[in-house]
Amino acid sequence: MERRQRRDPSVWLTYLALGAGSVLVAFPFFWMLSSSLKPMAEIFDVRLLPAQPTLENFAEVLTRTRFPRWFANSLIVAVITTASVAFFDALVGYTLAKLRFPGRDAIFVVILATLMIPTEMLVIPWYIMSSANGWIDTYWGIMFPGLITAFGIFLIRQFMTGIPDELLDAGRIDGVSEFGLFWRIALPQVRPAMAALCIFTFLGNWNAFLWPMIVIQTPDMRTLPVGIALFSGEAGSAWNLIMASSSLAIAPVLLVFIVLQRQIIEGIVLTGLRS
Amino acid sequence: MAAAARPAGRPRLELRIGQQRTLWAYLFLLVPLLFFALIRILPALSSLYISLHEWNVISPVRPFVGLDNFRTLAADPKFAKAALNTVRYVAVGIPAQIAIGLALALMLQRINRFRGLFRALYFMPFITPIVAASWVWQWMYSQHLGPLNHLLLSVGLPAQPFLRSPGQALYAVVAMIVWQYVGFQTVIFLAGLESIPRVYYEAAEVDGAKGWRLFRNITLPLLNPTMVFSVVYSTIVYLQLFTQVLNMTFQDQGGPLASTLTLVLYVYHLGFQRFRMGEAAAATAVLFAVILVITLLQMRVLSKPVDY
Repeated sequence: MERRQRRDPSVWLTYLALGAGSVLVAFPFFWMLSSSLKPMAEIFDVRLLPAQPTLENFAEVLTRTRFPRWFANSLIVAVITTASVAFFDALVGYTLAKLRFPGRDAIFVVILATLMIPTEMLVIPWYIMSSANGWIDTYWGIMFPGLITAFGIFLIRQFMTGIPDELLDAGRIDGVSEFGLFWRIALPQVRPAMAALCIFTFLGNWNAFLWPMIVIQTPDMRTLPVGIALFSGEAGSAWNLIMASSSLAIAPVLLVFIVLQRQIIEGIVLTGLRS
Repeated sequence: MAAAARPAGRPRLELRIGQQRTLWAYLFLLVPLLFFALIRILPALSSLYISLHEWNVISPVRPFVGLDNFRTLAADPKFAKAALNTVRYVAVGIPAQIAIGLALALMLQRINRFRGLFRALYFMPFITPIVAASWVWQWMYSQHLGPLNHLLLSVGLPAQPFLRSPGQALYAVVAMIVWQYVGFQTVIFLAGLESIPRVYYEAAEVDGAKGWRLFRNITLPLLNPTMVFSVVYSTIVYLQLFTQVLNMTFQDQGGPLASTLTLVLYVYHLGFQRFRMGEAAAATAVLFAVILVITLLQMRVLSKPVDY
């Protein structure tokens, strides 16, 4: 197989095509980084690499804007939301898969049906609700819509169904509490699915834009995407600064991706095909 | 012997354990059920309720107006434009994304070395924060000094207005979205291709089938479930386009002559800049109906069973 491939010229063409394609795909990243290292005077010279690379743009973004604060806001929102989603989605997924009680199937169908409701339909009532309760411009206001997800429940339930009942019954005989059965016995069995759910919830919240844009009113409460959008909108043609702030937003995500790329891509397949 | 004492006590004990477990189950579900009732179902109903009222945030009087908001939408050329644009996004973006994704997956399947590296590279845009990526693309499309126009000029072609042109802006946005989703599409197709049993190909090769015929008669039909998933998933994504459009045409949200305007951006302007909540809610109800119908329709059209 290996030898046959080596002689086949079409394999080389395949490599060539894939290589050309990846240059295209990677170019925006390269252009962003290169532009972010150019001094203002050079930004409109269309040159691939800066003649006199500088870190000034990064210094300016970090000191002139509230970038560190926005970064912290995004981190707080994404971490708390992910923890909540992981706990509640797993608990509900377990309960619907492994406990028998009246109304179970009806509850599952209702939760699943909520997947059909697009977020856009909910933002207006959420906004009215948030104004009435003083949630506008608070962390709670940014986070509350995403604290539990129907998709995660569906995903974890699928995996929990595969856990043998005998395992849980053995735990019951040993006197493990009902919560302990979930926490100590069932949960460790679905670790890969939980990892995938956590990664995607985190990324989803880190990138979330529509609802944060609506609920956030003051510069200090902005999450990173909202901060970048409004800062870039005000920066005019200071593309060196806009690209520096974009680089700062993209870099941590790319670093995590490089470290976890296999788990992330396999998680996509795992979750994508289950749904 | 000991069993003699059981018949009376046993059912009661089991009943108690059963009841106890039921109680635990309801306790576990208490907070999540409240959440789904208050944060999902009630707001969805309330959105439909708002769509039937004249609902201005400032005015406390919110009279029932029946289907008036829907009539106003139907008469609004901007709404029609947003709907038409959405059809364009779907019609151009999804075939492009699926064709390129499938081609990449087939190519990746043929190679032995660097497969993981290429896969990761193509996947990168999918996890990149959309807002930041949108601004990078806006910069690349820049009319006079962006790298794309520089490239065009250097090979002797005229510079293009891209995002500044009513005729080109939508396609410029589509290119960015395809860039963003193509790696995801590739990964999904790779998984689909791997699930096709090799024996089918071996059997067909024994029968003398090659290249295109293998693809046409085995790969494509057996990829059908993957296709269905991809088309449904991406249609729903495309119907809800917002972030890319708002950020790529930030100064002129919705593009020149509303040429990139999407339904969700339309809702955002109506509801949160002009505070006409009733009409905005009506527009989201239309979006909901469209998503519902398309999902059901696509499932039926595309999930025809594969016969051999």
